Amino acid sequence: MNGSQPISAAAIRFRDAQIEMAHGAGGKASRRLIEGLIAPILYQGVSRTLSDAAHVDVGGHRMAITTDGFVVSPLRFPGGSIGELAVNGTVNDLAVSGARAEILAVTLVLEAGLETRVLEAEMRAMAQAAQRAGVLVAAGDTKVVEHGKADKMYISTTGIGRAIPGVCVDPASIRPGDKILLSGPIGDHGITILLARGELDLAADLRSDTRSVLPLVEAVAAACGSAIRWMRDPTRGGVATSLNEVALDCRLGVVLEEERIPIRDEVRGACELLGLDPLHIANEGQFLAIVGAGEAARALSALRACAGGESSAMIGEVCDEPGGTVLVSTRYGGTRVVDMLVGDPLPRIC
Amino acid sequence: MKFVDEFREPHLITKAAEEIRRLADPKHHYRIMEVCGGHTHAIYRFGLKDILPENIELIHGPGCPVCVLPMGRIDDGLAIADDPNVIFAAFGDMMRVPGTQGSPLEHKARGKDVRIVYSPTDAIKLAQTNPEKHVVFFAIGFETTAPSTALTLLRAKSLGLKNFSVFCNHVTIIPAIRAILDSPDMRLDAFIGPGHCSTVIGCRPYEWIAQDQRKPIVVCGFEPLDLLQSIVMLLRQLRDGEAKVENQYKRVVPWEGNRAALKAMAQVFELRPYFEWRGLGFISQSALQIRKEFAAWNSEQRFTVPGVRVTDPKAAQCGEVLKGVLKPEQCKLFGKECSPEHPVGALMVSSEGSCAAYYNYQHRRALVPLTMSLSA
Amino acid sequence: MCLAIPGKIIEITTNDRSTALVDIMGVRRRVDLGLLAENAPVTGDWVLIHVGFAMSKISEADAQEQMRLLSMLGEAEAAVQEVTGYGLDDRPPTSQSKAGAHPAGS
Repeated sequence: MNGSQPISAAAIRFRDAQIEMAHGAGGKASRRLIEGLIAPILYQGVSRTLSDAAHVDVGGHRMAITTDGFVVSPLRFPGGSIGELAVNGTVNDLAVSGARAEILAVTLVLEAGLETRVLEAEMRAMAQAAQRAGVLVAAGDTKVVEHGKADKMYISTTGIGRAIPGVCVDPASIRPGDKILLSGPIGDHGITILLARGELDLAADLRSDTRSVLPLVEAVAAACGSAIRWMRDPTRGGVATSLNEVALDCRLGVVLEEERIPIRDEVRGACELLGLDPLHIANEGQFLAIVGAGEAARALSALRACAGGESSAMIGEVCDEPGGTVLVSTRYGGTRVVDMLVGDPLPRIC
Repeated sequence: MKFVDEFREPHLITKAAEEIRRLADPKHHYRIMEVCGGHTHAIYRFGLKDILPENIELIHGPGCPVCVLPMGRIDDGLAIADDPNVIFAAFGDMMRVPGTQGSPLEHKARGKDVRIVYSPTDAIKLAQTNPEKHVVFFAIGFETTAPSTALTLLRAKSLGLKNFSVFCNHVTIIPAIRAILDSPDMRLDAFIGPGHCSTVIGCRPYEWIAQDQRKPIVVCGFEPLDLLQSIVMLLRQLRDGEAKVENQYKRVVPWEGNRAALKAMAQVFELRPYFEWRGLGFISQSALQIRKEFAAWNSEQRFTVPGVRVTDPKAAQCGEVLKGVLKPEQCKLFGKECSPEHPVGALMVSSEGSCAAYYNYQHRRALVPLTMSLSA
Repeated sequence: MCLAIPGKIIEITTNDRSTALVDIMGVRRRVDLGLLAENAPVTGDWVLIHVGFAMSKISEADAQEQMRLLSMLGEAEAAVQEVTGYGLDDRPPTSQSKAGAHPAGS
């Protein structure tokens, strides 16, 4: 990397005059921002495609590194809190890149006026989540900003780990006929948060699914590591966004079978009531894997045999056409396109 | 999910599709309009076009209460939202609709207090918990939603709420259908009639369509089997040379409508002499305004709105798509300057808008042979 | 047009019977019963919910009747064809064309 090389102005394709909420929602607008502004300037990437985590060479040692920011309201919700998300999210980013997280560094941005007991509760949550995930929090930084300059607390975590042996995730190896696996029911986290905000006066027995997916990834890796083409944790933007991204990257199509997608009744009920598509709702404890057709059944059995993987399912497959598109099909022969999210999913009444 | 899943039964859907193929005269090209945006959405969501024969063309009607609002009305609402003392509450459907100065969501990003509510009663709650602010509820919808707004206004009055008002943009469905039938460009065989609207107004208001215009109309539910069964019923009428109003959605729609709902509406609302509809122009007696007894809860009385007429950009063909004269993909801006990410008109952002439905569910798609087998 | 979905009343929550707690697949929401004042629902009834208001009671009988009709689609035609084939009907024998002209029982 030559630091004195000028950045080509032609490389910047992002034309919006200012940053909007949609740019952070994980959908199309986010992608435009990253591909059109951030990556051309900053990214000296080692892989062809953009992903959250990177496997790099440092002084002859192969390492994986990732970073993520956590902004959520409310801070605490059924099934978890921002602290847990901050640990699990980074562990999961590494896991789906084919790496085992070992070390975390943490940055806290705290709003003046935040109650100490709230901070303490989050630190304990992070410590517990780190222990469960088998990572060590090795370094960190804390900043305090004026009241009103942060929504109570923002957390950023950076994770470092090593490649899981036998796994080489490479989207370029995806072929038509490859199968798509999903580790569990969709939408738990996003709907839990929506309900926890209290603005919609809905109650349900739902919890965030936040957890480390590393044990599940390792189970699949052990069963058929070399057959794993691609993995992703479908967080903001949901399963639809993750699959649209891979479809665009490898210019192939994806077809999902609607009734095979695991979903809890309450998530389905909330989505029907609010007019939301469960495929767009965030998950914090699931992952998608594209696996070679020959090994897919074995991968699925391995997943299902794992604690927490009982609801795993084979939900679809990769196809030739239509390239760059995700389709959902029904048993009676109807299909629809599922697009990437534009901004956050909004409830509707019409 | 009871009363939902049964109406998505795959083998019954296949049966209904076969019956449609049996009934449809191969020499005839059927043009059937579904008036209601909810039906447009359902048709795409359930992929029903894939199982209908080629000679049945479904034409999308103007029954999308968000789509038919002219941009000037959005601007009016957002002018009120700009007041620092105001909490602007609206349904999620409104949030991305563009005004000339941006959408409600964009106003929120700029620091205005804009909130999404699921129900007008949530807006009342906002007013009760924020006594120092004034809550303005942006009311939209056809007769399906107007009764709920009416009951909400009655409640606001009985509570004596001082910090709550409604910006009323309710429209009525019959004038919209009349405008379609009056349009010289339109040639239609039959109508798939509004479902939820009819739970309020009943089936009688459609009788003129059958009797005077000689077009069959079937009041239809929103599940795949409802739509397919309604098409079967329409095809039978057409085959037999009949034109009558039928109620396919009997489990929910009473023929006489909902008297309590109609009473509440009559108590609170009166018809505006005229109202501007995007694409259909000014239509008399087609929209509701709040009666003067409820002036204290009428945002148009409590605030001054600019009331500026804003015409759609010349290149945008929202009006023609709304009337069903053009298909979404035939609009020059479709998929280029106008997409869900940067919408020019409301049809691209409303979940019921035909442009949004086509873009999100159909666009870029080739027919995929569904021969995959998932053996696990 | 607008989004309305079925839910089951699990509790009437106000003395004047104006509000109920409704369950939709395990999701619960308070729903205003004001529009059903003339035909008030009771606990256990299914109602159609739109923007937090109950719009209509759902008739299980009508739903079942509809399912029955749907499951009979195609069968009615077949039955009539059989009958006319045996000459038990006094209409002239029909052709087997798709757009049959005989009025099928609906």
